[in-house]
Amino acid sequence: MRLEEKLYLLRWKHDRQSHIAITDPATCRDRCGKTWGRPCTTFCPARVYEWDPAEGRIVVYYENCVECTTCLVGCPYRVIDWRLPRGGFGIQYRYG
Amino acid sequence: MSTEKFDAIVVGAGPAGAAAAITMAQAGLSVVLLERGEYPGAKNVMGGVMYGRMVADVVPEFWKLDAPLERVVVEERVWITTEEGVVSLGYRNPRQAYHPDGCPNAFTVLRARWDRWFAARAEEAGAILVPQTVAEDVIWQDDRIVGVRTGREEGDLYADVVVIADGVNSFLAQRARLRDHPVAPHHLALAVKEVIGLPPEIIESRFNLEPGQGVTIELYGAVTDGMSGYGFLYTNRDSLSVGVGVLVSHLMRTRRTPYELLERLKQHPAVRPLLTGGEVLEYAAHAIPEGGYEAMPRLFGNGVLIAGDAAMMVNGLHREGSNLAMAAGRLAGETVIEAKRRGDFSARTLALYEAKLRESFVLQDLVKYRHLPELADRRPDLFRIYPHLVHDAVHEMLTVDGLPKRAKQRRIWQEITRRRRPLQLLRDLYEIWRAVR
Ligand SMILES: Cc1cc2nc3c(=O)[nH]c(=O)nc-3n(C[C@H](O)[C@H](O)[C@H](O)COP(=O)(O)OP(=O)(O)OC[C@H]3O[C@@H](n4cnc5c(N)ncnc54)[C@H](O)[C@@H]3O)c2cc1C
Ligand code: SF4
Ligand code: SF4
Repeated sequence: MRLEEKLYLLRWKHDRQSHIAITDPATCRDRCGKTWGRPCTTFCPARVYEWDPAEGRIVVYYENCVECTTCLVGCPYRVIDWRLPRGGFGIQYRYG
Repeated sequence: MSTEKFDAIVVGAGPAGAAAAITMAQAGLSVVLLERGEYPGAKNVMGGVMYGRMVADVVPEFWKLDAPLERVVVEERVWITTEEGVVSLGYRNPRQAYHPDGCPNAFTVLRARWDRWFAARAEEAGAILVPQTVAEDVIWQDDRIVGVRTGREEGDLYADVVVIADGVNSFLAQRARLRDHPVAPHHLALAVKEVIGLPPEIIESRFNLEPGQGVTIELYGAVTDGMSGYGFLYTNRDSLSVGVGVLVSHLMRTRRTPYELLERLKQHPAVRPLLTGGEVLEYAAHAIPEGGYEAMPRLFGNGVLIAGDAAMMVNGLHREGSNLAMAAGRLAGETVIEAKRRGDFSARTLALYEAKLRESFVLQDLVKYRHLPELADRRPDLFRIYPHLVHDAVHEMLTVDGLPKRAKQRRIWQEITRRRRPLQLLRDLYEIWRAVR
């Protein structure tokens, strides 16, 4: 089963404003690729982070976030500013 | 919200927070229980084994109530896997699945259901549950914590004590100055999981169970693909919980994706037949704090206590976390009750909490395994090498090909020492023993 199909099963209450920001995109572009291979694009279980080679930046699909909090520690340069979604917003598990 | 002051504010309605709130509310304290999810459990994921003793310590005879238990665990299996094979160890005894008083030792749950029920017990005892509310910061007055700033308008709440139980990667632990450094990647595991629906009768026949009975399987070895961690497969009433968790430091290094790891586990020849015909109902991911004793924050301060995942209280070797969380939550609650009796909520009195934890299994177990997280991070190869050796040795002994058993033993030993020199073997065994003794 593909990830897209799995995410399709989930329920969110989406906020209009993102709870995720990259504080220093230049680090993603100039340093992380060579040294670490941009691990946010692989460890995130909801594929929130995608490298856009044309734009030279990480695109953040914050709506997919399942709030596992891994990116708080998994970015080697700690340039991901991840905050808790506002009360009641975000993922809503039915089983958990 | 009002400017009235409470005895205690509890942040997070998971096992730790709810246990703390129940304990304090039962003693007549005024308690607010804050939860950021739409309902308790909306954000929470676990493999699913809950421990009855620690639930009963706060909700006596809960098994006679309408608690949403999925299945009582009557059999636990450990599978040591290679790419295709499994060496299985197990323990089954349905009668001993209960403590003498009738309390189930271990049972499976689905957290979205369980947490709602458990938090309702706190409400029943008199606590005020406030869902859909994020505690964004603690409120300081000089050097003591006197309340919590919520994301709501005019959302400042005041209390004598704040119990932080906001789970893994606790934001409030840092705001309350109980933790100076953020959690490190090798102190965190990421687990992904699926709930797969199957009719109860099929689960019962596939796993050799009576209605209401359940099985747990932990999978080590090839299923984590050279990273430290393990997979799990637990039975619920009409679904299976299947998942895998590995250290974040190893995910960063290998650049493997967690969802591919899970797909691989589901395709393992020993797992696949158990899932056949099932319908994936939900995919979920959650982090597990695996740093253990060495990575814990300070446990108390002036006007503040911290419990559960927020304080790294997980025993990774035994997949225990919910029980440590509930025990710590209860002890935090008892400490606040005593502090109120003394009329002193400073660190001097709240230090009692740590003393209570040291007397209980919570800190004793965490201290016992204090070296394990470091070993798991440094030696993911152990998860690759030894399952293969065990598997091949068993295979050799079970293959009836005319070779005498003594010759087989010799061959096994030769094969082991070919792949692992005796000195290395000894060193590995010593390291493992040192980490778990
Ligand atoms: C995949 C997986 C499998 C596991 N399997 C097992 C198992 O089989 N057995 C076992 O015993 N343990 C298991 N664990 C560990 C167990 O889930 C945890 O140890 C346990 O849930 C910890 O309880 P807690 O109350 O400390 O934290 P949590 O259960 O995480 O609860 C924290 C609560 O706080 C809320 N919250 C967070 N921040 C805020 C805020 N700022 N404001 C308001 N609310 C907030 C959250 O929404 C959440 O409800 C597993 C964990 C995972 C991820
Ligand atoms: S891991 Fe961090 S630094 Fe690297 S690409 Fe992702 S956000 Fe940028
Ligand atoms: S919290 Fe988890 S799901 Fe959300 S962006 Fe970070 S890694 Fe991805």
